Amino acid sequence: MNPIQEKAHSISLMVANRPGVLVRISLVFSRRGYNIDSLVVSPTLDPNFSRMNIVARGNPTILEQIIKQLEKLVDVVQAKDHTNMNVVEKELALIKVKCSPEQRTEMLQLCDHFKAVTVDMTETSMIIQITGNTDKIDAMKSLSQKFEIIEYIRTGKVIMLRGEDKT
Amino acid sequence: MNELNTKKTLNGAEVTLECLKREGVEIIFGYPGGSAIPLFDALYDSNMKVVLSRHEQGATHMADGYARQTGKVGVALVTSGPGATNTFTGIYTALMDSIPIVVLTAQTTTPNLGKDAFQECDTSGMTFAAVKHSYLVKKSNDLPRILKEAFHVARTGRPGPVLIDLPKDVLAGVCSASFSDEMDLPGYKIPTYADLSAVEQAAELLKTSKKPLLLVGHGAMISNASRQVKELAEKLNAPVTSTLLGLGVFPADHDLSLGMLGMHGTVYANKAVLDCDLIFSIGSRFDDRITGKLEEFCKNAKIIHLDIDPAEQGKVLEPDVFLCGDAKLVLEQLLPMVPRLDSAEWVKTVQTWKKRYPLTYPKQGGLRMQHVIHTLSELTKGKAILNVDVGQHQMWAAQFFNANYPRQLHNSGGAGTMGFGFPSSIGASFGNTTGWPVCCIAGDGGFQMTLSELATAAIHKLPIKIFVLDNKYLGMVRQWQDMFYDKRYSSVDLVGNPDFVKLAEAYGIPGLRLKRSADTERIIQKALDYNDGPILIHCECEKEDNVFPMIPAGAPITSMITEMPKTKLEKPTGST
Repeated sequence: MNPIQEKAHSISLMVANRPGVLVRISLVFSRRGYNIDSLVVSPTLDPNFSRMNIVARGNPTILEQIIKQLEKLVDVVQAKDHTNMNVVEKELALIKVKCSPEQRTEMLQLCDHFKAVTVDMTETSMIIQITGNTDKIDAMKSLSQKFEIIEYIRTGKVIMLRGEDKT
Repeated sequence: MNELNTKKTLNGAEVTLECLKREGVEIIFGYPGGSAIPLFDALYDSNMKVVLSRHEQGATHMADGYARQTGKVGVALVTSGPGATNTFTGIYTALMDSIPIVVLTAQTTTPNLGKDAFQECDTSGMTFAAVKHSYLVKKSNDLPRILKEAFHVARTGRPGPVLIDLPKDVLAGVCSASFSDEMDLPGYKIPTYADLSAVEQAAELLKTSKKPLLLVGHGAMISNASRQVKELAEKLNAPVTSTLLGLGVFPADHDLSLGMLGMHGTVYANKAVLDCDLIFSIGSRFDDRITGKLEEFCKNAKIIHLDIDPAEQGKVLEPDVFLCGDAKLVLEQLLPMVPRLDSAEWVKTVQTWKKRYPLTYPKQGGLRMQHVIHTLSELTKGKAILNVDVGQHQMWAAQFFNANYPRQLHNSGGAGTMGFGFPSSIGASFGNTTGWPVCCIAGDGGFQMTLSELATAAIHKLPIKIFVLDNKYLGMVRQWQDMFYDKRYSSVDLVGNPDFVKLAEAYGIPGLRLKRSADTERIIQKALDYNDGPILIHCECEKEDNVFPMIPAGAPITSMITEMPKTKLEKPTGST
């Protein structure tokens, strides 16, 4: 089954900063055979808590159930599905491409178009850093394929609710 | 509060014990081992009662049985490695049935963690999926807070097992923390009353119902809502059916009682499920044992679902109204809002079914398990505690024991753990304040899984009536093979069973033999009259008997079978 067929859901969790919390959370997904596409864990302003952003695909009803079961975990303070909500969603990617001096101009034009920056350059290669939403990064990656992509890594999605309210 | 600390320095083990006492723990079921020695050493000077089991699984089921009987938190204490892994079946059993237990597992020293030290096992890692919550304690000073949290989490909300993994150096190290250290559980919420608008919606739905049915589950038992359930049933004039774990919350003798529903439930309860126009579940989770084919379950009825666990909403089916809260409190919210319903016709119909389709069993042939259980129910007038194992005898206990009181039937329902009955009866016996006899009802298969606890029952002279209902088969599996698999009996013949009377006697426990139906009353009475510790009754039963009614797994309720069919049946599509 192609996992791309199902819509990606952006889930945000506020959790107590304790050992084992990540295992407990991933078990809620794995119990149903669900995969996590991306996962970002970061500290919050309060060192007692961490923020987790998870992107997962699957049947929306089952994901809704999964979120309830996440919320039920003693160490989880809050779990929310932010899909289709008014949020800022960003991720960052690093793309290392083979790039000869002759190809540089074209590559830099591409970067310019996507507001990406070069963070490393050699005679034969270049690392491009791009931030933005998932579609933008996918597009940049797709166009970079004209050059040979040596490697590629992305952070996974971080989410923040627009406006004054907390996520 | 701090006087103990000022008197002398306490180590982690002593602090742990003091915390247990402060939580009201009076008894610990356990088994020692290398890493656990500091705790057992502290117990040596303590007035805490310690029950030495013969296997860690037994200790965990005892803690579970104690918790089911008393409503308090049961405590098991074991060592690291195999001691800990042996508790997993017990922990999982408690999770599936929402039983509050705290399992203390000793662990290798913290510097040794992750280094494959002797009897090291990643206990918390291995149990994440089977606990409500768990801790690996890294510092002795965390002990007072963690123990407080563990008991709080185990007993509140939807109860469940909490595991505390205790490295040996944490137990042996000095603990200077205060016993008044506060809990730190920012993510833990305990539902109490339900949202008022949801209660009003439920009341509105109820008002329009002409054919209401109450479905009582374990949640009603846990929240001690017996009185409120009865009041609601009588006020509405609504029949009441129960899940296996809900039996006893509503009196079986009551005119409105329909007994158990589901796979081996009564014909009349299942007919009521089919025909009702509204079902109100009070603390049940619509398990597959009761719904049968989900798409057909209460297809045309309104559904109100009351549960303390918000994650139960929509897990199995989408209710018309979900009431999240404690059963007792929510029923108290609801009671003043509902009138007597226009349900007289419906109640009359249901009562006709009750008369027309009573539970029966064949009287011919050898001794019937149903007969043994029914006689026990009659002789005790239903005033007995039953700790039941898993299998055919379990379903017959649910059908033929007249449970009129909560906390008198103890079953491993969700997990269906064979070997649960006997050790849990030991726990129940320690917690029993009713004055009623505690009876273990076990099959020959399940009993042999944990029979080493005969020693535990014997040395404590526990007045348990141990009924071994022996058909020399794994009866429930044999029944499926009989009905759905062309009688291809595969690995169900328990040839090699011991003489259970002699076995009991080897432990110093008197044994009675029951072979003929005609002797049933006399022998059971003799067992009930015995008052010098445990007694085992070896009941040699009809070998091939089947439990009816039966709804094959995954089939709709309309497929209910009430007697052995003449033709071959399709293999069930549902799980087990």
